[in-house]
Amino acid sequence: MSIVTVQLGQCGNQIGHEVFCCLCSDICGSHGLCSKKENQSYQDACKERFFWEEQSGVPVARAVLVDMEPKVISQTLSMAARSGCWKYNNQSHFCQKQGSGNNWANGYSVHGPRHKESIMDLVQREAERCDRLGGFFTIMSMAGGTGSGLGAFVTQCLRDAFPASFILNHVIWPYGTGEVIVQNYNSVLTLSHLYRSSDALLVHENDVIHKICAQLMNIKQISFRDVNQVIAHQLGSVFQPVHPAEGGSNYSRNPLGDLMEALVPHPEFKMLGLRNIPQIPENSLPYSTFSWPGLIKHLRQMLIANAQMEEGIDWQVRPPPPGSSTPSSHSTKKPLHFNTSIANLVILRGKDVHSVDLGSFQDPSLYTSWLKPQDAFNAWRTPRAFNKYEKSASLVSNSQFLLKPLDSVVGKAWNMFASKAYIHQYTKFGIEEEDFLDSFTTLEQVISSYTTL
Amino acid sequence: MTQSVVVQVGQCGNQVGCRFWDLALREHAAVNKKGIYDEALSSFFRNVDTRSGGDGPGIYKGKICSLKARALLIDMEEGVVNEILQGPLRDMFDSKQLITDVSGSGNNWAVGHKLYGYQYRESIVEKLRKTAEHCDCLQCFFIIHSMGGGTGSGLGTFVLNLLEDEFPEVYRFVTSVYPSGEDDVITSPYNSVLAMKELNEHADCVLPVENESLFDIVNKINQMINSGKLGSTVKQNSLVTSSTGSVKTLQEKPFDAMNNIVANLLLNLTSSARFEGSLNMDLNEISMNLVPFPRLHYLVSSLTPLYTLADVNVPSRRLDQMFSDAFSRDHQLIQADPKHSLYLACALLVRGNVQVSDLRRNIERLKPSLHFVSWNQEGWKTGLCSVPPVGHSHSLLALANNTCIKPTFIELKERFMKLYKKKAHLHHYLQIDGMEQSCFSEAVSSLSDLIEEYNELDVTKDDQFHNEVEAHTALGHYTT
Repeated sequence: MSIVTVQLGQCGNQIGHEVFCCLCSDICGSHGLCSKKENQSYQDACKERFFWEEQSGVPVARAVLVDMEPKVISQTLSMAARSGCWKYNNQSHFCQKQGSGNNWANGYSVHGPRHKESIMDLVQREAERCDRLGGFFTIMSMAGGTGSGLGAFVTQCLRDAFPASFILNHVIWPYGTGEVIVQNYNSVLTLSHLYRSSDALLVHENDVIHKICAQLMNIKQISFRDVNQVIAHQLGSVFQPVHPAEGGSNYSRNPLGDLMEALVPHPEFKMLGLRNIPQIPENSLPYSTFSWPGLIKHLRQMLIANAQMEEGIDWQVRPPPPGSSTPSSHSTKKPLHFNTSIANLVILRGKDVHSVDLGSFQDPSLYTSWLKPQDAFNAWRTPRAFNKYEKSASLVSNSQFLLKPLDSVVGKAWNMFASKAYIHQYTKFGIEEEDFLDSFTTLEQVISSYTTL
Repeated sequence: MTQSVVVQVGQCGNQVGCRFWDLALREHAAVNKKGIYDEALSSFFRNVDTRSGGDGPGIYKGKICSLKARALLIDMEEGVVNEILQGPLRDMFDSKQLITDVSGSGNNWAVGHKLYGYQYRESIVEKLRKTAEHCDCLQCFFIIHSMGGGTGSGLGTFVLNLLEDEFPEVYRFVTSVYPSGEDDVITSPYNSVLAMKELNEHADCVLPVENESLFDIVNKINQMINSGKLGSTVKQNSLVTSSTGSVKTLQEKPFDAMNNIVANLLLNLTSSARFEGSLNMDLNEISMNLVPFPRLHYLVSSLTPLYTLADVNVPSRRLDQMFSDAFSRDHQLIQADPKHSLYLACALLVRGNVQVSDLRRNIERLKPSLHFVSWNQEGWKTGLCSVPPVGHSHSLLALANNTCIKPTFIELKERFMKLYKKKAHLHHYLQIDGMEQSCFSEAVSSLSDLIEEYNELDVTKDDQFHNEVEAHTALGHYTT
């Protein structure tokens, strides 16, 4: 099954480009530390999922590029073409001239309806090119105007046009200390709208990735390219082919569907966090070895203690003792800072994956009581190493990971809304105060739901 | 890609405008090596086929035939415009882009606004339409004028009004040169306050500039060069005041250095819209992020660095110095000190070899010493443009919506009242058709309201200090 990627706005297009670069270099580059047959199978699965081939044999990304101004798309298209390994389809992009001005209302209420037909036309063509459509993957930031506003609108259109398809939104959480002054407004509006149309939101926070670049990757002068490459690596570690839990020898053919099934049992809970270890500078790779027990132990503690990366994990945090977990948040027996999960998915890639013991992730004390632990936890594996990492472990988690950032953004937005600052910029394009209030209500509900896990 | 049109009105407006076009050409020449008419160029220039007179080869592919500035030159006396048309930049403007008269406005806002406005209205509209038609996607009008005189101030604000009526969807950014206290034009307070009302009501963003500040910056640079304090030589073309490498090679006129600063302001403001970068900042984003309430659209600007040393290897310490300087009083283009007043919002547009980590590091470093309004504690808008200005490896433009501009307005009002109470020179204005006493009272009332809005915000700043502890616990829920 194939996934159609929709890249929205500057951020979406810049990240999308890095994602396809990463996927391509993963399958073209190293041999993957596995049998030739396995490798071939992996490459074929990846290609079917993300690329189609044109006559020259160059893989063409199954992607639609959308932006309201032309500079980023033209840069993205030319960089891909220059790489020689893959490219974008020259027809699969849509851009305008003026941009959205960081204005969610402009993206959603003006550009959305105006360009709906052209954009959906491109999406339809990409979808038809797939033998079997596995769903949509959209990449956008919440802070700006196009990715956020137009992105929310496009997601709604996708839902209307493809009611049976899976939609996964990859959302970039902006730096806490401002990239855009109205980012909190834009974020609140985006999240509340996406929540209605999307199947799940997979979140990456700029602050977190920035720290990873600084502390784990040892990059001195961090550029957005560096940040985007880490994000691309983490996404690749989730979306590259894996064997589904049943341990079949074929690669999973329905990645998005499997993801949703594993992680989103209830539509009220759609916020997914992603952690990937190890993460080290590329030139250190040949000199480093990792052990699975060590990686699993770290990953589990990162989950429990809500650590953002492999450094600075708080080992003091422990799950509540058995028999004490009650569904109510008033339970004083629940330890503070403990991250309760609804469902978790661990993806292991590389050497000796099948021997790895993941029992620690099936501990019922990690989870709410709604699902049986064997349903709340899933593991996917492949012996094929990913992106030069001999061993790589990813965790996609539907838990309280994003509760604090969400609460923070809503709080700041509300603080600004109380003074009515910048509201005239939104009402100018048809987003009224009631729309803001609706969005606040929706998100307060989500916050409350996650808090009382 | 969008286009912008520059409307330069009056003597000051045209002199600054002239410097702008010169430096814009220099900037594009430095980047555009192949002589292809590209999108960046098209933002301010048309490519005209001189044989047919129409627009030449389109964007992307065509070679440059003849570049025409997307500009309208307006002046009610001919001296300055004639000089431009006889100077080295003459080929950039065509005669259809000019509106001139002979007698000037006599430093009288009413003459500029009511008399000439009425007289030239149709002609102005027609020429604006023509310029707009040559644009694929017109995003912004830049008006350059001074506040203290008659033409720039009166006719300039008339044009501003006109733009709102005829092109309501297009942004209006106004660069206004405010008169200093020792201005030799006696009626400059009248002209300025009358113009302020128009700016309050019809401009999207105003970038005020004061001659005093420009003068101080020029002096500072001259001192640095002459004192020999600099270890190595200064790159001449890097001076924010310099015209080196541009078309104009004749002896620089006295105001040229100061006007170059303003020209550089406009170039830096539009750089991210013209050139690529990892975090673009377009003009509509500036308006969106820096204007929290419609009338509070006055932005204090500062440019750094003022010069570059010939030594190209700039350690990051120097880079951080650039950020610190942007917030210092001597780098502001008006007499104001944003650091000790209240920020409503702040934008940092960085050009050149600077990455997001440098930005973040400096914001973290400088944040504690700055006061932001309570509902916008992290009110930063940032942009990264890859292309540095000529002669620099990196540069920074800071735009602040800050209450430090209040004293400028208060002083202006005081100077106005000094004359108005005695009814000095009033008859010169009232004898113009359409001009009444109410124009004056409305104008000063508009200014008073504006000052009051800033006052209300400043009060919150004082409250903030007194209630610091309370604020912490109250907002504690929302601080990360």
